[in-house]
Amino acid sequence: MNTQSEVTVVQGGRVIDPASGVDGIRSVVIRDGKIAAVAERTDVPAGARIVDARGKWVTPGFVDLHVHLREPGQEYKETVATGTRAAVAGGFTSVCAMPNTVPANDNTSVTELMLARAAAAGLARVYPVGAASKGRKGEDLAEYGELRAAGCVALSDDGSPVMSPSLMRRALEYSRAFGLPLAVHEEDLHLVGKGVMNEGPTATRLGLQGIPAQAEDVMVLRDLSLLELTGGRLHICHVSTAGAVRAIREAKRRGLPVTAEATPHHLTLSDQDVAASDYDPDFKMNPPLRSEADVKAVREGIADGTLDAIATDHAPHSPEEKKLEFDAALNGILGLETAFPVCLDLVRLGILTERRLVEALTISAARCFSLPRGTLAVGADADLAILDPVLAWVVDPARGHSRSRNTPWKGKKLIGRCVETLVGGRQVHRLEESR
Amino acid sequence: MIGRHRHLIGLEPFSREEILEVLDLAVSMKEVLSRPVKKVPSLRGKSVVNLFFETSTRTRSSFEIAAKVLSADALNWTAAQSSTTKGETLLDTARNLEAMRPDVLVVRHSASGAPSFLARNLDCSVVSAGDGAHEHPSQGLLDCFTLRERFGSLEGRTVAIVGDISHSRVARSDLHALPKLGAKVRLCGPPTMIPQGVEQMGATVHHDLRTAVAGADAVIMLRIQHERIGDPLIPNTREYSKFWGLNARKAAEWLKPDTVILHPGPINRGVELSSDVADGPNSLILDQVQNGVAVRMAILYLLAGGAGEGSRAGKA
Repeated sequence: MNTQSEVTVVQGGRVIDPASGVDGIRSVVIRDGKIAAVAERTDVPAGARIVDARGKWVTPGFVDLHVHLREPGQEYKETVATGTRAAVAGGFTSVCAMPNTVPANDNTSVTELMLARAAAAGLARVYPVGAASKGRKGEDLAEYGELRAAGCVALSDDGSPVMSPSLMRRALEYSRAFGLPLAVHEEDLHLVGKGVMNEGPTATRLGLQGIPAQAEDVMVLRDLSLLELTGGRLHICHVSTAGAVRAIREAKRRGLPVTAEATPHHLTLSDQDVAASDYDPDFKMNPPLRSEADVKAVREGIADGTLDAIATDHAPHSPEEKKLEFDAALNGILGLETAFPVCLDLVRLGILTERRLVEALTISAARCFSLPRGTLAVGADADLAILDPVLAWVVDPARGHSRSRNTPWKGKKLIGRCVETLVGGRQVHRLEESR
Repeated sequence: MIGRHRHLIGLEPFSREEILEVLDLAVSMKEVLSRPVKKVPSLRGKSVVNLFFETSTRTRSSFEIAAKVLSADALNWTAAQSSTTKGETLLDTARNLEAMRPDVLVVRHSASGAPSFLARNLDCSVVSAGDGAHEHPSQGLLDCFTLRERFGSLEGRTVAIVGDISHSRVARSDLHALPKLGAKVRLCGPPTMIPQGVEQMGATVHHDLRTAVAGADAVIMLRIQHERIGDPLIPNTREYSKFWGLNARKAAEWLKPDTVILHPGPINRGVELSSDVADGPNSLILDQVQNGVAVRMAILYLLAGGAGEGSRAGKA
């Protein structure tokens, strides 16, 4: 044993670790980057770094299954370094990087580049997601074996659906050889047409072309049906409709190997917010903000576990791509730095318990892609978020850590904020404004 | 200012009183147009820029004449179809024009919300001359003006709007204005052309033309845009015309004898409207064009802050 081990003790906080069933005032002892103990009383070794967490929550670092880090190829929007900086500022210690980079992450050199950049940044852990098809074109299978060997943890053409049912079938089948889940972005492009927001009375009033909820529903139903044929693991990204929640709930009841995620924005905003924003493209994303009935269904899905995880779909875009007429602006919003307070609102509304909120951001997410994360169990890597659940702050995109500023919460007062983040026991973020 | 409004983006936020303010002023403006010398100095020294991202002859000309009759300087700027094809953003184009210090910027754009985007980012008054499928407020106002001129009041009147409601900004502006003046609105078209939830805007929806026009005081026929065919919203214009077009025979059998016919133009003769109806005694289509100038004069006058006391057009 190394007698000069580094010890950190996080004292006096409320530890919420759904994976190990802990919820109470505990001290977390970290030795050499690993969790050494979580206990009501601990001896503090001489020379230990003490973190005072009184009045705070101490949770496993959040796991985000869905972020767009934009590197390589679109570094003007975000880089691995800026994206992971935003991640740790929001309490996320592990992020899954979507493959719609330029070029697409459909080969080991792109995967390796992402991992190298992540290591150099030394902030959040980055888990690349490989492309499901070559070039994300939806035509030929990508090299799943090579991608897994290089470090990819799932496969996805995210940003685009796999429109071909036969390719989807083969992707599910072939992925079984490597045990990787297929993470699907569900929209039938024929039904989407030129739509830019949710179809319904609000789109009608605004005169914007609508996207029916059924564009998502039919693809979810198709893929759940294919899953019965093929086996494999299906993960449904950013679920936004009542129909999709219902279909996934029913599929889980029948024991199909499906997991799913919902975003903070689909849990808290509806198409009426597009109207209230007066065509602000920071309310434009894909899938679009849906009806209030859909929001209610997605909330119920997260609450009852039909939807396993909360994932941000953090999608940075430059002002040149966003400060435009609604039709012309690109889809997507930032999510990493606002996810915790935005979702904490669901606790205040009585929709989620505190435990379920933390679970959906940690262990439930990690399990979707079989990541060894999301717990404070003894022996685990010490990835922690220290959160102030009552700290009020106003979102100022110019002061965010992302390279981009496209957030619908700009200027809004949010309650709850990450104040310190540890990865492998090392402090990677500390909120300066907290003192 | 029109009531509380510095801009005219749509009629949705306009109250009955604000709509009437424009219509009442348009009555005096129309009188100016009937004079031998059609020019008053009300907006001398003011400038109006027409910024059109979609081709338009009648609306642009109508705004241009309205500005000139009021002695404002009018500049027409026709921009590329979309900001991205030209490499200059909508905001850049608009800011360049704003640097020329217009009092009013009249804008037409294919994207819904483009005029409100400009209103948020510019200092001058913005008037929408139509944005996407959102609103065409000056058309809505001139439709109200034309109907009020004919009927005296719209209270208790029934107006049927027939055609592609989904893509029609005219229908939406009419729908926001007519009920505020006391009229009931019926919408009619094939189900593929009726947008989701439009009943919530206060209209009844019909798919059968005969039912929709029965007992109506006015029928507004909308243009069927050829690009919608094969979208596919309808199989072809022949079938559309048979079920949703209006000709002399249907008009004689289904309409009250004094039901008036309106159309925002340009007409597809023989598709939504046969020539004998378009040119018939109950057609107000050319009145709409003339009234359009008067209504747009009223809009520009109110928003360009016409030169204060005593300069009202009637007294000028």
